[in-house]
Amino acid sequence: MEFFFDLTVNGLLVGLMYALVAVGFVLIYKATSVINFAQGDLVMFAAYGAAVMLGLGWMPLWAVIPVLATGMVALGFVLERGILRPLIGQPVISVIMVTIGLAFVLQGLAAILWKAGTRELPLPVRVEPYVVGGVFISPINVVAAVTAILSLVAFGLFFTRSRFGIAMRAVADDQQASMTVGINVRRVFALSWAIAGIAAAAGGLIWGNMLGVDTFLALVGLKVFPVVILGGLDSILGAIVGGLIVGLVESIAAGYLDPYVGGGTKDFVPYVLMILVLFVRPHGFFGREIIERV
Amino acid sequence: MINRESGVYQTTYEGDMALYTLPLARATALAAVALLVLLPLPLWSAGNEHWMSIVNTIVLSAIGAIGLNILVGYTGQISIGHGGFMAAGAYAAAILSSRYDMPFLVGVAAGGVVAMLVGTFFGIPSLRIKGLYLAIATLAAQLIIEWTINHVTWIGGGAQSTIYVQNPTILGVEFDNEFRRYYLLLPFFLLAYFGALNLVRSRVGRAFIAVRDRDIAAEIIGVDIFKYKLLAFAVSSFYAGVAGALYTYYLRIANYEQFTLIVSIQFLAMIIIGGLGSVIGSVLGAIFIKLLPIVLDLTVVGVSENVFGVPYARVADFLANFQLVVFGGLIILFLAIEPQGLARMWFNVKRYFRLWPFSY
Repeated sequence: MEFFFDLTVNGLLVGLMYALVAVGFVLIYKATSVINFAQGDLVMFAAYGAAVMLGLGWMPLWAVIPVLATGMVALGFVLERGILRPLIGQPVISVIMVTIGLAFVLQGLAAILWKAGTRELPLPVRVEPYVVGGVFISPINVVAAVTAILSLVAFGLFFTRSRFGIAMRAVADDQQASMTVGINVRRVFALSWAIAGIAAAAGGLIWGNMLGVDTFLALVGLKVFPVVILGGLDSILGAIVGGLIVGLVESIAAGYLDPYVGGGTKDFVPYVLMILVLFVRPHGFFGREIIERV
Repeated sequence: MINRESGVYQTTYEGDMALYTLPLARATALAAVALLVLLPLPLWSAGNEHWMSIVNTIVLSAIGAIGLNILVGYTGQISIGHGGFMAAGAYAAAILSSRYDMPFLVGVAAGGVVAMLVGTFFGIPSLRIKGLYLAIATLAAQLIIEWTINHVTWIGGGAQSTIYVQNPTILGVEFDNEFRRYYLLLPFFLLAYFGALNLVRSRVGRAFIAVRDRDIAAEIIGVDIFKYKLLAFAVSSFYAGVAGALYTYYLRIANYEQFTLIVSIQFLAMIIIGGLGSVIGSVLGAIFIKLLPIVLDLTVVGVSENVFGVPYARVADFLANFQLVVFGGLIILFLAIEPQGLARMWFNVKRYFRLWPFSY
């Protein structure tokens, strides 16, 4: 029974870390209807940036974080302006492919600029796990969970209280209508990429600390797909719930099935779950159902 | 190649409905086929098996790319699982030929059929979802197929998920070098190419295009969307399965690493750079994507050795990543500048020369 609690708690905590990456994904989809296959690579890029800056030793962590966030915001702006905007109105496949192309460019660039090999990304967080009632909890997981919950609350407030947040929801709902009421749709697009850059920076710091920084960190992006599909592509609450479900399911499946099938269940079960959910609820648990009328 | 309609009058329906309506176009098509048949001769006389093997991989990729273009370019259903469907065909052929001693043609046919069944199964979600959700569902197909091959010993053959097969033999002729294998692959390529050309101008092909352009409108004019979507998945993954099976016989080994997610993305890049919704575009794209790393390899190594005097071993690492950057950059560039790809450029050249030299 203790084994089960251990798997559950750690699964849920890892799930919140997935949710942290998924939020950036959902933001871009919500405002611009672009599915960003390069979100994992943005996370990787941010982690590299942080590791390199800390490795130089010029700045302490509290100075690195704002620099990193600014850099990622700038990158988000550049990507939106340079790559995504020319594709407005093109078929879905083109938009998907352009983000895949972007993922390749980011991967190659990171490896050329900063060489292969794993770098460490030290954060001032305790390494030894806490033991709560016989369950081992890694402190970085707790930090990640708190960050994820805080960012959920922040994004929730942003979308309901701030002018920009409401404008973004309006654009997501109907681009033409929002233009007619005076919303600058282009600025909203750029802003959503910038915010996704910040989300990537947060994800990069935490994942980079946990797994070490190399180009394989981008594979976190692959894990996010089941999360966002389960929760619904356009729902931030869905990203959190999806993250929790995927974290829980993969942790329990890996704990109980891996001995029988020889490993790898973790990467497999979330996708099976996702396919099953797609059969029953094509728009996830919280996604907006699109009704087509003639 | 350069089609001149002037002076050509069709007097029968058969003439008007033919694949190539103009005598000149028919002649160029025949000439192109003849050229393909004679292609190995100069390489053979030079004894250059390396370049022949490159041609062979292009031919194999072209078959797969044509299949993917039927699904993505003509029917508008996104698939990131093409590599997985190829793997299904490859392992089906490998299992049949290595364990049950089945002949080559049975292996290829079985590879196609197995991939078709797998592809159609994973196509079922397309009935309810489309666009981005479908892209991710097919991504799941890719990962699930890879996992299954790696973890089910009966399919993957255990160690390293590798199954060895013998050289294919037809009527006592063993296809044991690159030149012979080319003649093994060429008929399949021609079948795939002209099969696709004929498919897309038939009733079925027009239904595919209708589903792509506006599915609701297609449904209203009586196109059974579900049937045609599934059919597109079936045809496309049949092509993938045949390509995968041929690849297995060509390499004499079935290994899942030939069919990973990267391969699926490469196929998508082929049809995007070549031109969505164009059969010749798929072939041009396959040539482009397969030649790109080779050309980059030669130029980067040439520049570093001759200009900077840096030996190959020191640039090898840079080269691999540089290829990634160029590959990704080209995809972005093509989408931004020429979204209809190489096929469109080819068409523009043809159109320019259509009235040449009297263009007014």
